[in-house]
Amino acid sequence: MTAFMATLSRDLLIARREGGESLLAVIFFVLGAMLFPLGVGPEGKLLALMAAGVIWVMALLATLLALDRLFQADWRDGTLELMALAPDSLTLVVAAKCLAHWLVTGLPMVIAAPVMALLLNLPPEGWPPLLAALLIGSPALSFIGAICAALIVGARRGGVLMTLLALPLYIPTLIFGAGAVQAAIGGFDPSAHLAALGAITLAAIALCPWAAAAALRQAME
Amino acid sequence: MPILDVQDLACRRGGRILFAGLDFSLSEGDAALALGRNGAGKSSLLRVLAGLIPPFTGSIRWNGEDVRREPYEFRSAMRYVGHADGLQTNLTVIQNLHYWAALYRASTSRDALEQALAAVGLDELADLPARMLSAGQRRRLALARPIATQPGGLWLLDEPTVALDRPSIVKIEAAITAFRAGGGIVIASTNAPLTLPNAQEIDVAAAIPSPEDAFGDAFEDALL
Repeated sequence: MTAFMATLSRDLLIARREGGESLLAVIFFVLGAMLFPLGVGPEGKLLALMAAGVIWVMALLATLLALDRLFQADWRDGTLELMALAPDSLTLVVAAKCLAHWLVTGLPMVIAAPVMALLLNLPPEGWPPLLAALLIGSPALSFIGAICAALIVGARRGGVLMTLLALPLYIPTLIFGAGAVQAAIGGFDPSAHLAALGAITLAAIALCPWAAAAALRQAME
Repeated sequence: MPILDVQDLACRRGGRILFAGLDFSLSEGDAALALGRNGAGKSSLLRVLAGLIPPFTGSIRWNGEDVRREPYEFRSAMRYVGHADGLQTNLTVIQNLHYWAALYRASTSRDALEQALAAVGLDELADLPARMLSAGQRRRLALARPIATQPGGLWLLDEPTVALDRPSIVKIEAAITAFRAGGGIVIASTNAPLTLPNAQEIDVAAAIPSPEDAFGDAFEDALL
């Protein structure tokens, strides 16, 4: 676990050094959602209907914003080679980088979500499932996205390619995440949706670091 | 009994055989210099030895064990310094070194890290962000990594002295000598002046196969 903890604290330290850069994703998340009331008009009912979907779509897009840098910088300066050659498995290092990415972009989005729920007139019964769904589901976005970020390492204009790779993989998370909120608003129990979301996240945490590490090894050959 | 034993090693890059039939073995305290012109495959040889590129043919044995089958022991012993310095420019000099030491399970105490920095003459700059370093200073920080993450058994140094001034080269040579005196093995590729006493020479360029061998597979691939 040494490699895991060392990488986690290093990436968090870098995020703190870069300061504002890691906050860009959250600002994008909030600003993007603010455009919807301006675009579709201040019709409360319509906004309430869309709120869950809009918040989740913005969460997907905001996650992608910082994702292409997940491995790119370390690949370019040669750090990735050192990580791959360390005695501990590269998979652990990748898992630590995903967790750091989630702590820096995913968790602030969960914290910012109530602001957006307010802006978009989300009914009060939708708030707890929205926060729960974001908390459970957003780690999957970082971990699944890591595979795509690893695949585009070394590619020119990889950012666009990565977005195209990642968005289809995010669809299950989006469906169950938004579904949980819609169910609660409609008077149903959202726990089935949340359980499915939890399953996706656990599977992503278990499998994605392996896949991403394999892709990174390929890129370094 | 050699510690590192390389048999019939070949490397294929982009459909072309760079070198083939390379044999050498090194025991405790030995050193080897990979020689050859630019593009002969010196860096590729070190990358194959490090395990970043799978060998096309041949075997690399560490303490009698195939390194591809038993990678953990080999990786714990091996320290690779490639072309890229591997510096995170937003972290300070000592923070960079601290991460590597943690990654390679070495001592991360401030004293140990400062000692390694002193060995390459960077101890005064420990708390400077790495982005402020000059090219030669960056190279020295990269070379502080194997020094800080001892004990290792094998150093693979790819052009270690590029961008270094004469006093720094002397310091690196001293560190290598100390490492070898403790039983370490060093393999370096270099076109710049670097003195390794009693170093075996590995002529990568001489290990180039005949053109038919080099391109045979590419022709077959094209025909298939």
